[in-house]
Amino acid sequence: MAWRLRLAPEKTSIDFFKHQWLTFGGSVVLMLAAIAVWVVVGLNFGIDFKGGTTVRTESTTPVDVGEYRKALEGLPLGDIVISEVFDTNFRPDQHVAMVRVSSAQKGEAVTPETLQQVKDTLVKMDPALKIVSEETVGPKVSGELIWNSVLALGLTSLAIMAYITLRFEWQMAFGGVMALLHDVIITIGIFALFQIRFDLTIVAALLTILGYSINDTVVVFDRLRENLIKYKTMPLREVMNLSVNETLSRTLMTSITTLIAVGSLLVFGGDVIRGFSFAIFMGVLLGTYSSVYVAKNLVLFIGLDRSDKPKGGKLSDHEFANIDA
Amino acid sequence: MITMPLWKRLLILAISLWGIVAAVPNAFYGRVEHHNDAVKAIEAAGGTATEEQNAALAQWPSYLPSSLMSLGLDLRGGAHLLAEVETASVYAQRIDAMWPEVRDALKGVRDQVGNVRRQPADAGVLKVTLSKPEGMSVALEKVKALAQPVVTLTGVGSSDLEVTTEGTDTIVVQLSPAEKNATDSRTMQQSLEIIRRRVDEVGTREPTIQREGTDRILIQVPGLGSAQELKDIIGTTAKLTFNEVVGQTANAETPASPNQAVLPDAEREGVFYVVSTEAVVTGEELTNAQPSFDQNGQPSVSFQFNPSGARKFGDYTAANIGKPFAIVLDDKVISAPVIQSHIGGGSGVITGHFTVEGSTHLAVLLRAGALPAKMTFLEERTIGPELGQDSVDAGRLAAVVGLIAVSVFMIASYGLFGIFAIVALGINMALIIAVLSAIGATLTLPGIGGIVLTIGMAVDANVLVYERIREELRHAKTPGRAVEIGYERALSAIIDANLTTLITAIILFYMGSGPVKGFAVTLGIGVITSVFSAIYITRFIIEVWLNRTRPKTIVV
Repeated sequence: MAWRLRLAPEKTSIDFFKHQWLTFGGSVVLMLAAIAVWVVVGLNFGIDFKGGTTVRTESTTPVDVGEYRKALEGLPLGDIVISEVFDTNFRPDQHVAMVRVSSAQKGEAVTPETLQQVKDTLVKMDPALKIVSEETVGPKVSGELIWNSVLALGLTSLAIMAYITLRFEWQMAFGGVMALLHDVIITIGIFALFQIRFDLTIVAALLTILGYSINDTVVVFDRLRENLIKYKTMPLREVMNLSVNETLSRTLMTSITTLIAVGSLLVFGGDVIRGFSFAIFMGVLLGTYSSVYVAKNLVLFIGLDRSDKPKGGKLSDHEFANIDA
Repeated sequence: MITMPLWKRLLILAISLWGIVAAVPNAFYGRVEHHNDAVKAIEAAGGTATEEQNAALAQWPSYLPSSLMSLGLDLRGGAHLLAEVETASVYAQRIDAMWPEVRDALKGVRDQVGNVRRQPADAGVLKVTLSKPEGMSVALEKVKALAQPVVTLTGVGSSDLEVTTEGTDTIVVQLSPAEKNATDSRTMQQSLEIIRRRVDEVGTREPTIQREGTDRILIQVPGLGSAQELKDIIGTTAKLTFNEVVGQTANAETPASPNQAVLPDAEREGVFYVVSTEAVVTGEELTNAQPSFDQNGQPSVSFQFNPSGARKFGDYTAANIGKPFAIVLDDKVISAPVIQSHIGGGSGVITGHFTVEGSTHLAVLLRAGALPAKMTFLEERTIGPELGQDSVDAGRLAAVVGLIAVSVFMIASYGLFGIFAIVALGINMALIIAVLSAIGATLTLPGIGGIVLTIGMAVDANVLVYERIREELRHAKTPGRAVEIGYERALSAIIDANLTTLITAIILFYMGSGPVKGFAVTLGIGVITSVFSAIYITRFIIEVWLNRTRPKTIVV
């Protein structure tokens, strides 16, 4: 047999429930911790959600954050946040900073005159400095955007839940969507912990995680459904273990291919979408873990109806009914 | 194994070929863009081409497809504005215009209702008190007679005014909800139309001007220097009127009688004019306006009235020789010349303290017409072209590296079958780009992210199939049979997995805006093309290979 890269041996018989208090319990603890960090520390919202103005500067001279701050101090501004941006793609003499300012009056946008002053001041401080982009979001829109994002996340979860219920059983849909929320909540926790800027593209990434992470779970459930019919008397726990073992190789393979692509985006895609790439990367990583260790545990807790009624896993009224992966 | 029917094979080949051919122009983006611009310019010029245009035309053969993905603002650089139209301000204008009508209507029945007076009230509400409350029913009848039916599909049967009473002697007039709705949609349509005209006058490529929600307009203009510039073009109402000047004053608080207003001079501070609010002629009656120079060589704007405007203006100037009149733009007096003689030709010149830029700008605004309502800007974004180019470069690099890394991984894992998957992946990429070009979708930076993500997700389906084939081979099935069962059994998981992603993409498309929408589009298209390429293209390749080599055993 020709050589092949294998991420998992051809046949495994790992007991995925053996340390379930460590794995599943760990997930629960991690989720609670993520929520705690999220509530206590809070997210570093970008202007999409908070309102305000950001100016992106580019200069051939190194960024001195203190210098920038000192220059802007005299202006009629509220908060001033200055951060230097690093990226592997930058030229050696390309120094980028993000300057975020808000109006001195709470709840108002920075006026065009003040913004012009900010830009003039920065250029006066460093004549080599160029303004490469500027964005202003008013407080009215930012409030709506938060609400829309929450709505989108909720709607997507519900839609996926409905779909999985239709194709499998409601217990599986519940387990699957809980696993998804686990992925999303921990990702948000990481963003809060490291104070990574949280903006609209991150919400898009979280939604993508919802849609993608369910894939591995679906593969496991698909096999579970097949095995439940094959091994009618085997305890549910063992059928689950068998199914996960049988699909382990493909679960790892599909995750790795996606991680490779997203990893490339994370490293080379530039700093503008770094947060986006990072969120998807974390989501795929967590999604793989949760489809092996979280989703099916929940199903086992709830239990499945294994009586031979024609309902449930074997919906016979659609074209894929007799096809199993 | 059962092979696909011929028509299916041909269809798969045709779609793949189309994808590759239609994706090609994007590899030569600059050239094709020049070519397309030249085609458009020649068409606009009525078929005559300059030498330059012919050169640009020759950069890309016309028998090849020339549709391109358009690049979003974050990739090309440009200005983005989200404006909110103050639709409610139109109600006030409408209601204010009602007052003379109400007054005249009640004049006829003065002996029954007595004197009428307008009371101060909220904007958009007209309150009129009668000195003889006993005439209320007569007055109400008269005022209600002024109402007209609303002309919309939903508002059939309702009238445009809501007339109620307050106390015994006050009539309250406001627009009815149906009329408000109708007015709102009219205001939005007019605003869109006028913004479009103004942006087109400036002549930039492919601006996006679209309505968002009930009272918002999204304006995106690629290649424009800054959002401020865009605001200068579309931010001013540009309501031009010619009014009679009653007097000049240095005090803004000068009391004015009901039909007069105190307006500031546009240039000189501390100079105010008392003008009659009833305009002699308005900007709506202009047919044309151009930047020009007056006899002193100062920048000015020359204009022409339409016939009715010309007649009104001619009559007025003839009757008021020696008196000043004011040219008022957005409640500021640009200039207040003294009428030297009867101006009958219907054309004139506005002189003021203009710069050349200022006069060009004003001419554009006058030609495009006034906005029906004021706008406030909720979101402003300017992206520099350098940053856009950096993002394109970074995205391209990430895609190439991702593609190579995934290819290496697939070949290491599945050998020859990995190569099959990579070929299908290549066609898949071409298909995504082809579809994006064909539907004229806009590629954004997160959109590129979506394409890179698709690289990783597209091979997932192949992984599922190949793993299943391996399993079947272990059960000692023949190669053909194993492949067939592998595809059949993996299908359900593939469909389930991709449908959930498609659901996400659809929700993102409807909820997201701008760059996020771009991501949703590439993700959605990517899901569809990857299912096609993983299920049909690889299967097609494997079938051809199996039929040709007829191997006794295969290793996946």
